[in-house]
Amino acid sequence: MSADLPRGHVPAATPHATTASGRDRVTADLAHVAHTPGVPKPDAIVVADQVTRHFGGMTAVDVGHLEVQRGAITALIGPNGAGKTTLFNLLTGFDKPSTGTWSFEGRSLSGVSAARVARSGMVRTFQLTKALSRMTVIENMLLGATKQSGENLFTALVPPLWKAREKEITEQAEELLVRFKLDAKRDDYAGSLSGGQRKLLEMARALMSKPTMVMLDEPMAGVNPALTQSLLGHIQALREEGTTVLFVEHDMHMVRHISDWVVVMAEGRIVAEGPPEDVMADQAVIDAYLGAHHDTDLGDDALLDDGSIEQLQAEEQANLAAAAADDDREGTR
Amino acid sequence: MDWSRILVNVAGEIFAPTTAAYALAAIGLNVHFGLTGLLNFGQAGFMLLGAYGFAISTIAGWPLWAAVLVAIACAAAFGLLLGIPTLKLRGDYLAIVTIAAAEIVRLVGRSTALTELTGASSGLRGNSYKDTFQDASPFPDGTFALGPFEYAMNASNSWWVRIVGWSVVALACLLVWLLIRSPWGRVLKGIREDEDAVRSLGKNVYSYKMQALVLGGVIGAVAGIIYVLPRAVQPDSMGRPMTFFIWTILLLGGAATVFGPVLGSIIFWVSLMLIKSVMRAGVPESIMRTEQIEQFGWIIVGVTLMLLVIFRPQGILGDKKELAIDVR
Repeated sequence: MSADLPRGHVPAATPHATTASGRDRVTADLAHVAHTPGVPKPDAIVVADQVTRHFGGMTAVDVGHLEVQRGAITALIGPNGAGKTTLFNLLTGFDKPSTGTWSFEGRSLSGVSAARVARSGMVRTFQLTKALSRMTVIENMLLGATKQSGENLFTALVPPLWKAREKEITEQAEELLVRFKLDAKRDDYAGSLSGGQRKLLEMARALMSKPTMVMLDEPMAGVNPALTQSLLGHIQALREEGTTVLFVEHDMHMVRHISDWVVVMAEGRIVAEGPPEDVMADQAVIDAYLGAHHDTDLGDDALLDDGSIEQLQAEEQANLAAAAADDDREGTR
Repeated sequence: MDWSRILVNVAGEIFAPTTAAYALAAIGLNVHFGLTGLLNFGQAGFMLLGAYGFAISTIAGWPLWAAVLVAIACAAAFGLLLGIPTLKLRGDYLAIVTIAAAEIVRLVGRSTALTELTGASSGLRGNSYKDTFQDASPFPDGTFALGPFEYAMNASNSWWVRIVGWSVVALACLLVWLLIRSPWGRVLKGIREDEDAVRSLGKNVYSYKMQALVLGGVIGAVAGIIYVLPRAVQPDSMGRPMTFFIWTILLLGGAATVFGPVLGSIIFWVSLMLIKSVMRAGVPESIMRTEQIEQFGWIIVGVTLMLLVIFRPQGILGDKKELAIDVR
């Protein structure tokens, strides 16, 4: 990738540099970062320290140190119950941590309310989509906008004070709706949209505030493959515009395809970090989460013939036997 | 059966002061429930506080405008007090707290310890606080007949209280109409749908819910003033049944609409009066006594309204499509 760049090119340090495309710049920035959990990044937008969250006796999140690179697409993966969503909730002010501090763009966000976190430029979406059902698509979008003075009770009574801003944000909303192919649904109730369209709407709504960082909680869950492609495109477009993206996802194709950096969580801790290819080859990650055949497309018809199934079964047997032998050796020691 | 007298009585309910008071109280509740999704089951408490605030300060010799301000301030303080501990909780807790708080207002009002101030359970006589309002009337005293409707010009159940009452209702409708179409109203609707989503978009949900609670409560307090102007302040006549009538009116007319509460109030009081007068005239004393007819009227109204709410849950003016998406 760096071969495309002129010799001696130095990656721009400014966050919104447009000299190189987003992906190249981020890749160059992250090229010399070690692949160890909690490693410092050259230009971190989020820095979290000693963040823990206990539910009774259970520790849901126990993150020693985490940095998220500005302008990059960072994926947060891990098995169910690994604490990914809880960490999301903590970072965005939807939950209070047991201990820990974190900062966003150098400002401390620990103990700050969810609304103020959003106003500071870190906007999130939810795993279970929260479309506002009994409002129209365009109303949903307009709600995402900032600096609408008509949202003050007294200003609201004098329309001339907020009509101009309303027109601006309506135009902005319509542009976004076109981008997300929801413009035909503009005046429909959000509750009448399909699950995938609601995901799109939620993401478009989050973008209304022009955030510096978006946090997407399983953006692909329940979205059909055709829509997945366009969602992927939207997320990559965000990076090109300089927006930082942190997302939780189980779909490994998506993770491999678009993320610049992958953080793996298990049992509340960060167990691995690195570029997608490296992380997915990491034996610890494969054991904890991915499984030996994570690269195999289970929808591939070739898998259905008896030969390959037998071969897979044989491999699994061999793995199990090897694991058992390992255990035995441990035991005799 | 004297149909013309019955019809005049029934038609008189359309613009009666009580109808206006209930319409106004339902407009306040609409700000709570229809716009914001707050389950306030203590609207009668706001009305009673408004009535007490107005009556007591007038008796103390305060001018009309000051007495109205006192009523508004009482409701605003009550709303703040209720909201601080409860608005961070889930909606159903607010319902429990508000119903209890309204009962507290009523029970404190009727307690003998406050006889000097509130008149305890016998309440405050109308004539002790009506003067400033009646003196503010630009009309000459006496009675005035408009077609078949003949009422006193200024005294008690008068044209004056009707004119003022319905003007205030019109103003409140205008206020809600402006707010419902404004970005402020949009945030409230968002909160009604999903608080967390609105929070994730950077809005201070708690502050918006507080504004809605106080605004609706203040409208309720003004409704309380209009309610007691043609009668007396009677704490026991402003208890839980009143709250439930207001809810019925709101659901009947259609929540989250501008004119729903007004239409609901008119239909509610007109149909009640119709049933009662027809039965009084048509059912012989041997089958049902007058006081039983009174009770029976409420039963008929209750059943009719149940049917309405079952078969037309969005109310008369509500948008069926809006409700069909997600009935919660």
